[in-house]
Amino acid sequence: MSVLIDKDTKVVVQGLTGREGSFHALRNRGYGTDVVAGVTPGKAGEQVEGIPVFDTVVEAVGDTGANTSLIFVPARFAAEAILEASDAGVGVIVCITEGIPVQDMARVYAYLRGRGQVLIGPNCPGLISPGKANVGIIPHEITMEGSVGLVSRSGTLTYQIMNELTQREIGASTCIGIGGDPIIGTGFVEALELFEADDETRAVALIGEIGGDDEEKAAAFIAERMSKPVVAYVAGFTAPPGKRMGHAGAIITGSKGTAQAKAEAFEAVGVKVGRNPTEVAEHLASSL
Amino acid sequence: MDLYEHQGKELFERHGIELIDRVVARAPEEARAAAERLGGKGVVKVQVQVGGRGKGGGIVLAQSPEEAEEAARRMLGEGFSGNPVTRVLVEGLVDIAAELYMAITLDRSSKRFLAMTSSEGGVDIEQIAEASPEAIRKATIDPLMGLAGYQTRYLVGGFPEEARKGAADVLTKLWTVLTASDATLVEVNPLALLGDGRVVPLDAKVTLDENALFRHPDLAELAKEFVLDPTEAKAKEQGLQYVKLEGEVGIIGNGAGLVMSTLDVVQQAGGAAANFLDVGGGASADLMATSLEVILSDPAVRSVLVNIFGGITRGDLVAQGIIEALGRVDARVPIVVRLDGTNAEEGRALLAEAGHEKIVPAATMLEAAEKAVRAAKEGGA
Repeated sequence: MSVLIDKDTKVVVQGLTGREGSFHALRNRGYGTDVVAGVTPGKAGEQVEGIPVFDTVVEAVGDTGANTSLIFVPARFAAEAILEASDAGVGVIVCITEGIPVQDMARVYAYLRGRGQVLIGPNCPGLISPGKANVGIIPHEITMEGSVGLVSRSGTLTYQIMNELTQREIGASTCIGIGGDPIIGTGFVEALELFEADDETRAVALIGEIGGDDEEKAAAFIAERMSKPVVAYVAGFTAPPGKRMGHAGAIITGSKGTAQAKAEAFEAVGVKVGRNPTEVAEHLASSL
Repeated sequence: MDLYEHQGKELFERHGIELIDRVVARAPEEARAAAERLGGKGVVKVQVQVGGRGKGGGIVLAQSPEEAEEAARRMLGEGFSGNPVTRVLVEGLVDIAAELYMAITLDRSSKRFLAMTSSEGGVDIEQIAEASPEAIRKATIDPLMGLAGYQTRYLVGGFPEEARKGAADVLTKLWTVLTASDATLVEVNPLALLGDGRVVPLDAKVTLDENALFRHPDLAELAKEFVLDPTEAKAKEQGLQYVKLEGEVGIIGNGAGLVMSTLDVVQQAGGAAANFLDVGGGASADLMATSLEVILSDPAVRSVLVNIFGGITRGDLVAQGIIEALGRVDARVPIVVRLDGTNAEEGRALLAEAGHEKIVPAATMLEAAEKAVRAAKEGGA
């Protein structure tokens, strides 16, 4: 098994006809992912290398049975794209787009609450279940099938850690990039819940960073509910307060959201914290 | 994007919030004239994007126009806690009966908005929260429903009776400011109950969402008034994510998380980062060259660490960019390069072939950090 995406995943790509959309949709398909449709308003009837394009998500879903949406549309239209996917009944919505206004995301999050759909992102690299499906922009070349669940707020840092795991011949069940924005759909806790329930996942790597309190919530969840070993990493020990460190959500406000506090929260519940990506891989290797 | 107090107040005024008389002064003489106009006395407040003005000498009570001029001269000349100062705000003196606190902020934890009030205004809210949490009233605002009347009544219910009506009016308008301007924080500390019964903000702290500026061209203009570090300005022109820090190792990486991790590893190796530059995904040769130019233009940089993990970004293109940059700029310091991931081997081969004396290859992130820190220290000796 894996979580959220597998061999039965059928993807509709919103923004398929754009440069990023077509590039990654075709890469995902090349990996074996079932990319069944694209949506670009005004381009119904066109095709991208054989993938049919529709005007709306609801039509794409009706015609192709897509159950997962991958969103590449520009930031000013992305919030609406998420709502459209939700209203079309798509089960998993993956939003890659960076730069969505946070008030838009606050409203979208409130709208999605209780609808039973999963939103990954925005401002994320998507997710991959090695050997089964790749929905997003994670380079599959550095992944292999296995039993570690990865969940991360950062893209390249995840690649770094996954690469170190792959070099040690440790594979992943699913790797989820949850995104670097202040408001994201799926947080660490929801991802941990999925991994805890997944038969194939034997250990989890959690890659956090400064800002917010999602790592602290994850630590509490691990203490109460996780039976599987978790190894954590927190980036940004040297980040000064008040400076936005690349990600919109990576900011220490006042005394809140420091890497130190997050690492301590993990250690307090017995979660090993790697001081650098290499140590994370080493800890995981020894926990399996 | 944090606004200057005077910009925040102009935004408040646009949404119908009453304020006391005030003048923005960009020269000491203007501050003197402002104090004269405001009745001979006034409060001179430094305009910066950082806090701690009260304790740091950034707010001066001037008993005469001369004192106002003197305070403004000092602030404009000396700057404030390391930040250059281009203007001060001069406000008239008012008779304050009570100092209150009021704020609405994005609450990441609940993914909603949070309104907070306290009748103990004038001090840091984190201090109040610690010393007397019961003195703070909070209400969570649903983004789809907005601030409700009952919430407003509760929030101002802890204020002195005579302040409640005025405070409710300010709070309602602050919610409008927040939503209409795509702000993530509006904070008034203190909110003053004046002797004559009016309730007016004496301070204004507003943080705008930079991602939403595309729909607020007027607010985007405000950013032009900020003083930027010259290197920061250059990076911004090129659309690069750049943050100036205090150390001596210049850092270039792809992806915010990896760059933050690189800063940490540099510190573990005994050094400190001079800056943070994220070239993002799909870094091209040209972008790498520009990034190196930006980093090297910071005089504090004594060595550079390039840490690239190739996913979509290709290692050979990164290497080409570094070689190209060395043809364009004077590489005055060692450049430690660590490439991994897609086409990393091709990239390393290209760098070896170029054989530039300033390029120092490194196999791992940890090795790269150690080499960069050592190079920075040797360069400084």
